[in-house]
Amino acid sequence: MELSTIIELLGTGAITSVQIFLFTLVGALPLGLLVSFGRMSKLLVLRWFVRLYISLMRGTPLILQLFIVYFGPYYVLGIQMGADYRFTATLIAFILNYAAYFSEIYRSGIESMPRGQYEAATVLGYSRTQTFVRIIFPQVVKRIIPPMTNETITLVKDTALAFTLGVAEMFTQARAIVASQGNLIAFLIAGIFYYGFNAVVAFIMERVEKAFAYYHE
Amino acid sequence: MSSPEHNILRITNARKSFGDTEVLRDISLSVNAGEVVAVIGPSGSGKSTLLRCATLLERLDSGSLCYDGEPVAQLDEHGCMVYASAKALQAIRMKFGLVFQDFNLFPHFSVMRNITDPPINVQKRNKQEVYEEAQALLKKMGLQGKEDAMPCELSGGQQQRVSIARALALNPEILYFDEPTSALDPELTGEILRVIRALAAERMTMVIVTHEMNFAREVADRIIFMDEGYIVEQGSAKTLVDNPQHERLKAFLNKLET
Repeated sequence: MELSTIIELLGTGAITSVQIFLFTLVGALPLGLLVSFGRMSKLLVLRWFVRLYISLMRGTPLILQLFIVYFGPYYVLGIQMGADYRFTATLIAFILNYAAYFSEIYRSGIESMPRGQYEAATVLGYSRTQTFVRIIFPQVVKRIIPPMTNETITLVKDTALAFTLGVAEMFTQARAIVASQGNLIAFLIAGIFYYGFNAVVAFIMERVEKAFAYYHE
Repeated sequence: MSSPEHNILRITNARKSFGDTEVLRDISLSVNAGEVVAVIGPSGSGKSTLLRCATLLERLDSGSLCYDGEPVAQLDEHGCMVYASAKALQAIRMKFGLVFQDFNLFPHFSVMRNITDPPINVQKRNKQEVYEEAQALLKKMGLQGKEDAMPCELSGGQQQRVSIARALALNPEILYFDEPTSALDPELTGEILRVIRALAAERMTMVIVTHEMNFAREVADRIIFMDEGYIVEQGSAKTLVDNPQHERLKAFLNKLET
């Protein structure tokens, strides 16, 4: 196999990896916020349901969750899914799993806000929604950037788990090439890809952190 | 012939407990328009709780609370405490302002935004008009040129003056202060005192919970001494300080002098 063919195959794998990464963030960041609201809800039933969901997501392997989402429709419901369900199943499992982790980060940020901020907003007449959107959430974002950076970096590496469902992402492609070529060049390139991807993620998060450095508490 | 006095705030027979601890026991208090009232007393006397109940941050267990003669909270015929609807309470909140001990400015907003955001987004007032008023307030507070500063760049005294401007920007009828100088270095209390004195000269109605006796004596028309959830004694600033009647007030004043 020509090096150019290898690069081309790995290139399509890279695009799929980036897609998994981006779609997971787009889904899990807002869903995680909703989940954190459920976790802090006054409704006991909802709160316990959300707690159970978070503990299942955090307490079992992501790889197992991938298989359950992928095979569940067939074995549980008897529904035969098409071939492109691999990618969808990957996204569903990733989003559900990451939303659980993100929700706990949001919650820690929201609960760390001093009561005085809520009281000042209440006395000034802000509604509950206004208080959250204008006063609380912008400050929460600043507080949770470091743990969010950690999770985002883990997500980059976790995208390789889509290999288990046969999604043609970076690691799947690299492994196929290594098997046919009998050398590790494809793995080396994959390693460089993940490392470079995370360097970009770290750089962007640093910029975000700097953008919030215009004030401190 | 004097015009009938206009009660801005009226609290009658107020009670409040936290768990088994009775913090307010049968407190009655009226504040007239233009009056400056100082509330003093040892810590744990209930004075801050009184302020928090008046500003709707805490709910009374029993008694009544009125603003401008309008009932906000009262006992119903079954003896249950009933508060006005959430919507009505929101309107009542526009009648008062509260200056906190530890300022509670919004750290992610500039000085200007701290002052203008509530009138613009809560009262939906005209932006241009709000900005002009905010400029005038900043000038009054001696904070010209600080519009774009972030709260973290200001001294404690400056932050407290911003928070007073923020409260005034909503044009409240009555302004409450919860120990406004307690979080400040002693040399910075003077600037807050000057601001409060200037507001008193403009006949701003104010209730000030404070530890500073000099402060209370200089600026207040009336001083209320609270202890263990009761109003023990009240009167004009001079008579109360110079001629205290109750033993507990005497003991409190003696302790402050030493």
